[in-house]
Amino acid sequence: MTELMLRNGTVFDPLNRVRGEKMDLAIRDGRIVETASSKAKVIDASGMIVMPGGVDIHSHIAGSKVNSGRILRPEDHEKDVEGRTSITRAGVGYSIPSTFTTGYRYARMGYTTVFEPATPPLKTRHTHEELDQIPIIDKACFPLFGNNWFVMEYIREGRLDECTAYIAWMLNATKGYAIKIVDPGGVEAWGWGRYLKRLDDEVPHFAITPREILRGLCKVNKLLGMPHAIHVHTNNLGNPGNYLTTIETMDCVSDLASGGKPIIHITHVQFCGFTGNSWLNVGSGAPEIAEYVNKHDHVTLDPGQVIFGDTTTMTADGPFQFLLHKLSGNKWVNVDVEGETGAGIVPFHYKRSNYVNAVQWGIGLELMLLVKDPWKIYLTTDHPNAGPFTSYPKVVTWLMSNVARGRVLARINKNARRRLDLPGIDREYSFEEIAIVTRAGTAKSLGLRRKGHLGVGADADVAVYNINVSSIDPSRDYEIVRKALANAAYTIKNGEIVVKEGEVVATPTGTTYWVDPKVSNDLMQQTTASLSAKFEEYYTVRMANYPVEESYLESSTRIEAHAEV
Amino acid sequence: MKEIILTVKKTLSVPVECSEISPNSLAGKTLEQIRAMKVWEGNRSTRLEEIFYVKEQGGNASEGLTVRIVGDASGIRKIGHRMAEGSMVIEGNAGMYLGEEMSAGSITLSGNAGAWLGSKMKGGTIEVNGNAGDFVGSSYRGSRKGMKGGTIIIHGDAGTEIGCWMRNGTIRIKGGTGMFPGMHMSNGTIYIEKDCSGRTGAQMTGGRIVIGGHVPAILPSFNIEEVRERVKVGEEKITGPFYVFTGDLNEDGNGKLFINVTKNSHLKWCEEYLEL
Repeated sequence: MTELMLRNGTVFDPLNRVRGEKMDLAIRDGRIVETASSKAKVIDASGMIVMPGGVDIHSHIAGSKVNSGRILRPEDHEKDVEGRTSITRAGVGYSIPSTFTTGYRYARMGYTTVFEPATPPLKTRHTHEELDQIPIIDKACFPLFGNNWFVMEYIREGRLDECTAYIAWMLNATKGYAIKIVDPGGVEAWGWGRYLKRLDDEVPHFAITPREILRGLCKVNKLLGMPHAIHVHTNNLGNPGNYLTTIETMDCVSDLASGGKPIIHITHVQFCGFTGNSWLNVGSGAPEIAEYVNKHDHVTLDPGQVIFGDTTTMTADGPFQFLLHKLSGNKWVNVDVEGETGAGIVPFHYKRSNYVNAVQWGIGLELMLLVKDPWKIYLTTDHPNAGPFTSYPKVVTWLMSNVARGRVLARINKNARRRLDLPGIDREYSFEEIAIVTRAGTAKSLGLRRKGHLGVGADADVAVYNINVSSIDPSRDYEIVRKALANAAYTIKNGEIVVKEGEVVATPTGTTYWVDPKVSNDLMQQTTASLSAKFEEYYTVRMANYPVEESYLESSTRIEAHAEV
Repeated sequence: MKEIILTVKKTLSVPVECSEISPNSLAGKTLEQIRAMKVWEGNRSTRLEEIFYVKEQGGNASEGLTVRIVGDASGIRKIGHRMAEGSMVIEGNAGMYLGEEMSAGSITLSGNAGAWLGSKMKGGTIEVNGNAGDFVGSSYRGSRKGMKGGTIIIHGDAGTEIGCWMRNGTIRIKGGTGMFPGMHMSNGTIYIEKDCSGRTGAQMTGGRIVIGGHVPAILPSFNIEEVRERVKVGEEKITGPFYVFTGDLNEDGNGKLFINVTKNSHLKWCEEYLEL
């Protein structure tokens, strides 16, 4: 029985309405408890901030395209090498860190849960192999369904029940956590040499539109009783004027909402928040998108905040990546097209002096600052697409300090500065709001009941940062805040101290969450029977060999969902 | 002028990484400090004195520092890494990455150099009396940042992919080279006095490659422009005549190839396109 006692920390626990109160925190056997015995190891957290461990809702850390990105970019690793210590393994960064390094770097920032948001179902075994190699953090992955042939057929024919059963089977087979939709129908259309620009364009050979796919999967998500909403990367991403597509995407499912619960999460909105009609007059659609979100409760966002510098872009949106390859002239690879989806990878350098890049930087921050309710928007950089996750502390300082923002603003492309609303926004996040956008909000959105808070019974995933709220003004002392967030004083995972003063001191294995929806036996039998025939027709693997067995995962946490069908 | 002499002590069975051996890194250090410097021998961290005998010669360091390496250093990597001043003289061979990222000063090598000689170089001069390996003046694998300035002179032959992603500066090979010289290059000059095994300037977008010897073929993505009597490399005028090609058209490139006419009679067929 291991016990810990965190004494006198300044606790921010938004889900339990604890707003910077000095209190003690008792931990026993990996959970938060009422009190600890006198034998508990005591940590003095006085003058420090205590928050739940960070929960990242969207970060590409494992899987087929992540690994292809590593292979594509030896030069990315050369500049960022970490030697081994007696506890940690050697590894490399920078934008696509090796598996072990990914775990260490998240833990150093006080993050304890990270979700990989796009895995091609056929290659998910690989995703799990990599997730298993990432130490410390808990994780999960979202299989891609937006261009799945069977899904498109089911929805076109109105066989929603069977579609629900199929997705239940797939989530079980891939040990996936949520329904991810990338450029619905668009990746398939691109395979036929066409671009889908609008929600009502038809996918060739499937006689279905992105709108129908989105609505169909949104209904399915609800029927399955999934903990998370549908996780959507919109159509028309990366094209000027696409903020309208984004608003249309959010609105196309608004009538399906009930009870004020979010039913759609739009991810890395910065990439789909452009106004204008060419790269010369591209602007920020953040005010319009934020206005929509402020008025509607069925949608949540994450910005995919741009970080100036070198990174690697990778998404299942092959068409967009091909466009980016053509625009930038950088090398690229196209992978996973033989799976049920597609993907592209292109190295990219975001430059302050570049008009478009500077506007993109502004869009992310405008979204974060203009969406009034922090429970509706979560901090991401869409790692590594807009910047590596190691930049989160920097983004926090931009949110908490007008001065920190102003310093960057003064150095960006001046036409972009003139075009953005950002210089006129003086909102500054509080520590409580930061706790919401980095852990409480994400945990709530993902439906993780024991994460993102410090109530009794919660997982003892805790981050302690050396920030004294009574003497430090984050608006002015943003550098101190950044350093403290980058190197947690303590990170506690499942009641074990894993990081002390920014150094990894233990590397336990995290668990992999997955959702196992239960549909009625009859429906499942009927669906798998017809599916088996399709497998014979379309797949290179037998249906029986397709699923990732639960025993294949190093540590598995099954979350049962009860479907309505 | 002060000189620090490093004599290789033993036959090296595993590669040694010595990125700290350069005049700017050794300047201001006592012999004791130099002997205690950390180097990697294979996967083992060791002291510099385990690899070299270290001694000092001559007077005033303020007049500049010369680092002299004596013996077979072909197993020693990254000599002259980020060198920014002074000079280095190597009596023998050197290993991979000699003069990597150097920005000023000069390196003279009497023997042969390994691969990645002067990769990512920004300035200064490297002169090799023997042969050099592959990737002379190139970028790190995968990167677009090749040699940006300075001069590399090789009296013998060089390997493949020299000047890969080269952005400026001069590479002069008095012998011949392997395939793909100037691949992806965008600026600067490569002068190969003897033969080249082909695929010259593949995917180049700018810069010049002059070949005094034989080339098996020119890539089909290059256009012939003219025949020129001579071409200037640095201050020197090289007498040809030369076929002048531009490309690589696959990359919308505007690089120039100067190919010796007399040594490449098999390219005579190109001349009929000159009038068009």
